[in-house]
Amino acid sequence: MAGLPRNSAEVRAHLPGGRLVAGKDRPMPLDCGLEFAPFQIAYQTYGRLNRERSNAILVCHALTGDQYLAGPHPVTGKPGWWEAVVGPGLPLDTDRFFVLCVNVLGGCMGTTGPSDVDPASGRPYGLTFPVITVGDMVRSQKLVIDELGIERLFCVTGGSMGGMQALQWAANYPDRVFSAIPIACAARHSAQNIAFHEVGRQAIMADPDWCGGDYAMQGRNPSRGLSVARMAAHITYLSETALHRKFGRNLQDRTRVTYGFDADFQVESYLRHQGSTFVDRFDANSYLYITRAMDYFDLAAEFGGQLVNAFRNTAVRFCLTSFTSDWLFPTHESKAIVHALNAVAANVSFVEIESDKGHDAFLLDEPEFHRVLAGFLQGSAELIGLDR
Amino acid sequence: MPEGILVNRASIRVDLQLIADMVEAKSRVLDIGCGDGSLLDYLLHFKQVDGRGMELSQAGVNACVAQGLSVIQGDADTDLGDYPTAAFDYVVLSQTLQATRNPRTVLAALVRIGRRAIVSFPNFGHWRVRWQLGVNGRMPMTASLPAHWYDTPNIHLCTILDFTKLCRSLDVVVERAIAIDAAGRPSPIRSAKFANLFGEQGLFLLRRNS
Repeated sequence: MAGLPRNSAEVRAHLPGGRLVAGKDRPMPLDCGLEFAPFQIAYQTYGRLNRERSNAILVCHALTGDQYLAGPHPVTGKPGWWEAVVGPGLPLDTDRFFVLCVNVLGGCMGTTGPSDVDPASGRPYGLTFPVITVGDMVRSQKLVIDELGIERLFCVTGGSMGGMQALQWAANYPDRVFSAIPIACAARHSAQNIAFHEVGRQAIMADPDWCGGDYAMQGRNPSRGLSVARMAAHITYLSETALHRKFGRNLQDRTRVTYGFDADFQVESYLRHQGSTFVDRFDANSYLYITRAMDYFDLAAEFGGQLVNAFRNTAVRFCLTSFTSDWLFPTHESKAIVHALNAVAANVSFVEIESDKGHDAFLLDEPEFHRVLAGFLQGSAELIGLDR
Repeated sequence: MPEGILVNRASIRVDLQLIADMVEAKSRVLDIGCGDGSLLDYLLHFKQVDGRGMELSQAGVNACVAQGLSVIQGDADTDLGDYPTAAFDYVVLSQTLQATRNPRTVLAALVRIGRRAIVSFPNFGHWRVRWQLGVNGRMPMTASLPAHWYDTPNIHLCTILDFTKLCRSLDVVVERAIAIDAAGRPSPIRSAKFANLFGEQGLFLLRRNS
């Protein structure tokens, strides 16, 4: 049995950033039909909100991301996941914009999730945590935006699951969003993606330390299962070319194969490392809940089966972005969204970036992608007179 | 704003300038085959239009979006069907019709999507073209048709007379017709036969007959 994750309840209670206790007066309705209250929402902000409160960019994080976009992570000490994009002089220029990111509902970095204690029972929620959706995540983010007195977000953006949230924001609250940049995402989760998530979940649930989701009470942690889930998922974030370029068939600290099941190959060692560092900062039940939320995402289904209905009469200025080697959220998924937006003559840009780095490209140093982000934001800022 | 950009904006290609002059300020414009976005950029800054672009080349699209323009990657032959009827005040197709697979369908789509369509194309009836083919017996190469026959994107070249005939058959009304001569001088088309001989390019403001 591996150790417990570093983001324990004690650590989570003292994370830097903003906090909102929600649902005190009124519980928040969830898509599953339940009502949820009370709960805590943790968020981090960068830059300053201007007097008119018109320069706010909401960044929505992906499945295993969190609200710490830039600077050393308070738990892991590593750079933020969007270090290359958020900061002074960067595309999401914090000298100019007020950038905020909210830990998703069901997460494990300060916002209430299955590892937190249910005030009703005094025990961690575990599997009694309600099944949440991308819509619920967005609904909870809106509580923060309301609390901060932001009438309209200048932009909402994010990659992967973050892109799904950006789409959901634009569809559900078009009056609260001026522009949206959904990156490397889709309007619905594909069968193949649901399949990969199911593999991950089964790996977690097959770990005896999972204990039917009650591991926290048993003082255990299904770190082997979660690690396998991460390893499998990580492959889907890369591309064959990227894996080959990075590792080829290179051996790990040895000159010949060992005729055994050690990590002979560098790629094996790399994946094991990815798995073991992940369990240090992520909760297994959160992984189950958040992957489920992505699986359930189908924006068209929420709007009578037609994606165009999600965007009718929208005034939101969109910029869709995909990457050529992303096989998890391939270009045609973004194009389907563009077609729907064209069908309502919405204001949409669409950019496909040439990259061999797979789905992860949106997190990495991709100069052309960053130029597009900066240019689109600049164009949008000019339209609403948001000057430097 | 840096002065260099202003100077650049003020000097767009002569045919693009003529197109820009046809567009009413603050209208909704879709520029199909918008290239590097120079027309859109001009319209945005000098006519305050709500402008969108469609461009075949991804590199062109990325450059446009990085400039702050709203542009998507798309193909005039396949992607116009998405748009609702009368979604724009103007749909512009400049120097692109002759490169489409089905110009007739494209032209019909333009006047459906836009309350007005602005179309320009190289005139294959120009005397220089006729001379090169008729007298020299060679595929013509002119300022408007700069590519060799083997690397030209143009697959459906037409003359001004051919184009006006297609408009008639599609019940498309020609509101304005301009011939642009080799020196870039515009003149209204009064005699179609004369324009067909001396116009290097044709520029048309069109609408659907309703």
